[in-house]
Amino acid sequence: MTHRIYSLLAASILLLIIFASLIWLADADFFKSISAFFKGAFGGRKYAYLLVTISRAALITGMAIAALIAFRAGLFNIGGEGQLVIGGLASAFVAINLPFGGPAGIFLVLLAGMIAAGIWAMLAGIMKLWLGVPILVGTLLLNYPARYIASYFVSHPLRDIASGMPQTHLIEKSLWLPLLPGTRLDIGFIFILFVFCIVLIYCYRTVGGYEAKMTGLSIDFANASGLKTKKISLKTLALSGAIAGLVGAIAVLGIHHRFTDGMLVQPLYAWTGIVAALMVSLIPWAILPAGFFFAAIHSGASGMERTADVPKEIAIIIQGIIILFVASKVPTAFNQNIGNGK
Amino acid sequence: MLGSIFDPAFADSVARISIPILLAALGGAICHRAGVFNIALEGFLLMGAFMAVFGSHFTSSATLGTLSAICGGIFMALLFAEFHLRRPGDPIVVSIAINLISLGLSTYLLRAIFDVSGVFQSDQIRKVSLLDVPIIENIPFLGSFFSGQSLLFYFSLAIVIFAHFFFKYHQLGIWLRAAGENKQALEAGGVSSKKIQFISLILCGALCGLGGAQLSISNVGLFVENMSAGRGWIAVVIVLVTGGRALPLLGLVFLFGTVDSASLRVQGFGWPQQFTEMMPYLASLLALIFVCYRKLKFEKNTQGIRNV
Repeated sequence: MTHRIYSLLAASILLLIIFASLIWLADADFFKSISAFFKGAFGGRKYAYLLVTISRAALITGMAIAALIAFRAGLFNIGGEGQLVIGGLASAFVAINLPFGGPAGIFLVLLAGMIAAGIWAMLAGIMKLWLGVPILVGTLLLNYPARYIASYFVSHPLRDIASGMPQTHLIEKSLWLPLLPGTRLDIGFIFILFVFCIVLIYCYRTVGGYEAKMTGLSIDFANASGLKTKKISLKTLALSGAIAGLVGAIAVLGIHHRFTDGMLVQPLYAWTGIVAALMVSLIPWAILPAGFFFAAIHSGASGMERTADVPKEIAIIIQGIIILFVASKVPTAFNQNIGNGK
Repeated sequence: MLGSIFDPAFADSVARISIPILLAALGGAICHRAGVFNIALEGFLLMGAFMAVFGSHFTSSATLGTLSAICGGIFMALLFAEFHLRRPGDPIVVSIAINLISLGLSTYLLRAIFDVSGVFQSDQIRKVSLLDVPIIENIPFLGSFFSGQSLLFYFSLAIVIFAHFFFKYHQLGIWLRAAGENKQALEAGGVSSKKIQFISLILCGALCGLGGAQLSISNVGLFVENMSAGRGWIAVVIVLVTGGRALPLLGLVFLFGTVDSASLRVQGFGWPQQFTEMMPYLASLLALIFVCYRKLKFEKNTQGIRNV
């Protein structure tokens, strides 16, 4: 136990040293940067930045849940980015063409995003099961077509030419996710919280979740016990993709109200989600704080960029270093420690 | 239409586009052969590209720029080795982390040191010198492919041939393969497999650094945020498809180079830019499907034999 505390302490000190030297490289004041970091993550007038952090945390947590569900079934789905983009694009497409608004419209749009992204994720599963392409590479390589397809759609058929940017028309106001009263925070994060609860039940309490976990722990054992592992893999991938698609739809309906080229790729939502899921070594309940943690790092970095002139990419570096430290402490995150809650 | 694609300038661009992928794939092949699952080629390449511009800008010398690119690649490789070999980190997790760190660090340093975002360009950047080969330059089509390329082109071709014999006959090459295929046998022979894998990672870092240098201070002479743009992943796919064998790897890389530069060409015919840019990725996906499907069928057909 004391050993663990020491190594945690050493890691924190090392991280602080790297942080300080990066700030020094950018010619910024250390303490000013730190205060800008905390203000950017949690402060602001009427806690405006905290609300931004929460809304970002919702997206990151959603992507983390998508990654977790696939990882714990032994499917290295690192194509969350492509699924996110396809989901966002599909929901924007439906939202623009939908003749009616209101809750039913919102529901339909979210559903469209989920279905499109689920099918996109299943493509990788089909390639794995019938063509033998490893999931890891298959999902990853599908990121690039997704990105370019979305880019094509928003710069040609769906483009709002008047805006001068590669983006779609603004969505009807009746389809926007409503804001929480008195704030500028949309209710997207409530959807993600709801998904989180469902996933907790799925992971800990349902037969399907148990079978997926068993497939991840040992596919041979699962086969020998008579589980239809192919079907489980496909179902799990579709579920993972659908959650990524939901995140994309929420980003479109709640935050941007249109689909702009690169808006879901640039902020690295998908990769941050994967990192968050790995950081907690795939323990379902810990996803929520992990997602919030990384969202706070990103918002804090944006704050540092605004007031202390430190480039916001510092968040990506810190994120990478944290995951390196965790990887060296939890060697078998992928195999033995899948979601047993310890 | 075909005639307007395949002209001498096209041959030249195939060679230029292929080299970064070739160098990265060679590095990946060494790691693959040594049993290190390295999918951080993208990060190594990006760091190499940044450090090449960094070194070239501050020293006004292409040689020192290339050296600093190698150092950049090796630094990321050391990071990989520390967390994967000395500590028991999962290679996939470590690779994801390294790719993120490279992306973050190169963009951060670009903005912190040069005070620009997006593209960095300066007069002090020196490009790697080009070499005209005396007799070959007069051959019509091949001339523009094999002559007038940067020194790194000839170097990487030499490396491919060297790597072929290195894996086959050289002691270290054989140890490398042993580390990948049968670790216990190597250890029983009194050679530390960790050490061999460490060497393979360092070689990989250096080669990827060179690839990055070709990308930034030979092809263009500037640095763009996230400059490697998926080339490292294509290299990973090429390594997986060829199983890390040097000569098939060379052929496949040039195939990709051809697809890539052809995709640049057909933009002139009014095809949407997005579809032409997608072509290299679709090509690598198709190649992967082809090889994996053959392997799957082979395994299915021989299952009865292997189970006996």
